[in-house]
Amino acid sequence: MEDILLNVRGLRAGIDDKEILRGIDLTVRPGEVHAIMGPNGSGKSTLSGVLAGDPRFTVTGGEATLSGVNLLDLSPEDRSHEGLFLSFQYPVEIPGVSMVNFMRAAVNAKRKYLHQDPLSASEFLKMMRQKRAIVELDNKLASRSVNEGFSGGEKKRNEIFQMAVLEPKLAILDETDSGLDIDALRIVAGGVNKLKTERNATIVITHYQRLLDYIRPDFVHILYKGRIVHSGGPELALELEERGYDWIKDTVDSKD
Amino acid sequence: MDSLTQYIRLYDEHAATICAHAPEALNRLRPHALARLAAARFPRKGDKSYPAISIDEMFAPDFGVNINRMAMPVDMTATMHCGVPNISTLLGVVVGDTFRPSASLERNMPEGVTFCSLARAAETHPEIIEKYYGRLASGRNAAADLNTLLAQDGVFIHIAAGTAVDRPLQLINIFNPTAPVMATRRVLVVMEQGADARALVCDHTQERNVPCLSNQVIEIFVGENARFDWYDLEESSDDTARVSQLFVDQQAHSRFSLNGTTLMAGRTRNNYFIDHSGPSCSTRLTGMAIGMADQVVDNFTCVGHHFPESTSEQIFKYILDDQSQGSFYGTVIVDEAARFTDARQTNRNILASADARMYTRPRLEINCDEVKCSHGATVGQLDANALFYMRSRGIPEAEAKMMLMQAFMSDVIDTVEIDALRTRLHQLVERRLSGEAARCADCKI
Repeated sequence: MEDILLNVRGLRAGIDDKEILRGIDLTVRPGEVHAIMGPNGSGKSTLSGVLAGDPRFTVTGGEATLSGVNLLDLSPEDRSHEGLFLSFQYPVEIPGVSMVNFMRAAVNAKRKYLHQDPLSASEFLKMMRQKRAIVELDNKLASRSVNEGFSGGEKKRNEIFQMAVLEPKLAILDETDSGLDIDALRIVAGGVNKLKTERNATIVITHYQRLLDYIRPDFVHILYKGRIVHSGGPELALELEERGYDWIKDTVDSKD
Repeated sequence: MDSLTQYIRLYDEHAATICAHAPEALNRLRPHALARLAAARFPRKGDKSYPAISIDEMFAPDFGVNINRMAMPVDMTATMHCGVPNISTLLGVVVGDTFRPSASLERNMPEGVTFCSLARAAETHPEIIEKYYGRLASGRNAAADLNTLLAQDGVFIHIAAGTAVDRPLQLINIFNPTAPVMATRRVLVVMEQGADARALVCDHTQERNVPCLSNQVIEIFVGENARFDWYDLEESSDDTARVSQLFVDQQAHSRFSLNGTTLMAGRTRNNYFIDHSGPSCSTRLTGMAIGMADQVVDNFTCVGHHFPESTSEQIFKYILDDQSQGSFYGTVIVDEAARFTDARQTNRNILASADARMYTRPRLEINCDEVKCSHGATVGQLDANALFYMRSRGIPEAEAKMMLMQAFMSDVIDTVEIDALRTRLHQLVERRLSGEAARCADCKI
């Protein structure tokens, strides 16, 4: 158990009375990159939301631990402090809250959780500068309100920038490729790869194979109707690209 | 008996004393006010445009009135400092209803600026007082007429033609009650042609669990091409009731800007009446209120566009928690003659608790086709998506909520053009939202 980062067992969750996740099992170890693929409506974003603690979802069964800590008992902020990071499919615009204040609040909250002193202003700014370089994020965005008026590409780069600052053990990238042109995709994926170490892990949630050309997965899982119905190596993504999702649907639906 | 009657009786019994301690220019208007009040009554909760507050109830307690002009026991003005850092103002203090210039006011008074008591102005500027005093407020409503009936002194600001005043004028209204008291506060501002000035008014009450009421009337004349900004910051106490009415007359090409902030109050009703007396005026009214416990904050605006090519903008925002109540009734009137008017109005509100209540009603009366007018009002909660986004980055829920509430107010605060005050307001709003009494440190008297 020592080297298991994320351990999800029989996870069931839904929104209102509608069950979306119907028993998810997933094991992620340090150093691994997992891709979760699946057709629209299969529950990919629900899975990332449930793991991050989105209050819209209700967990109805199962468990999820990060380094042995029960995630489902924790608030979203404590899950973040424990090392979970979710890159949003649709990063939220927050008018009136500057990027700088937002990041300072996030960094110092984590330091407080870890019983560390807050960063000094100069330490903080130095860190911001270093981390911005990873995703080539323009300095002028730092003085703007969070995501407000950012282009699609800037929003996604901003997500990876925040990931770089928070140094999570496990990052979940939810459809990070959506809305990106090829150059932005390369920068974003490059950022993710730079942040990869043998101690952390990444879950890439995507609909298309495209992103996986840049972020190479060790494992590929296919999510359909709230369950992981098929797992394999990187070749599975290529197979999906070639054959589409219909053969998966047919196989699963004929069993139901 | 309704609450107005006790004040009319008070006047009937003490008219001679009241007049003896007041300048003739003020006394002259009393009989007219008295005659109008005979048939008047204070609005009650539920009356038209009074959904949240009863003026009648606010005046009901048996308040003392300082008709003998008793001097205050301690001269606080000597030690009075404004807590806003890096602000240098021309400071006057009103304790109860008595104006006291700060020690340095006379010395620092720039050329062309008069900032003194109405009583003194009646001697130095009799023709101005004669011409302007009571012109905008008389007959407007019972509270304004009662103010005219009882006002014995007040504050006078006169800026000579073409004078631009760099330092803001600052007025600190203080209640330091030892027994229930009503203060009749009166302000007359005359900005001559092309004059340019800003004023900051702060209302404070020393916490003593003694009820007090201020009935304030402010008359402002903004001459042709003149510009005047009025920043009004109320930071009083649960026991303070306030009825404050601002009447503004704008001449052609003038600019008037108001920021009315209620950080801490018991019950507050602010009326803002702005009328354009010439073309190409610009008016901006902004306001914000933070309500907690069972506080009530009620703002009423009426902007009258009577001439062509003028603009007006209104932005009012409220955050209401606990059982607090807020009201915003915003009126824009565009006359047939007011072609090419551009009038905008926005009222946005956050209810932070299930028991808080907000009443909002925009009213646009447009009698001209060639105008641009817009209005919008929203009542809602904090953005749940933004809140989760922040929490997912590790920002604790309470802190994330606070940041969102601050952000909500930031566009109103950013209209403040006195840098030190703007910075201070950001801090005060943050402190207030975190549940602290948002007191300007040095104003704790």
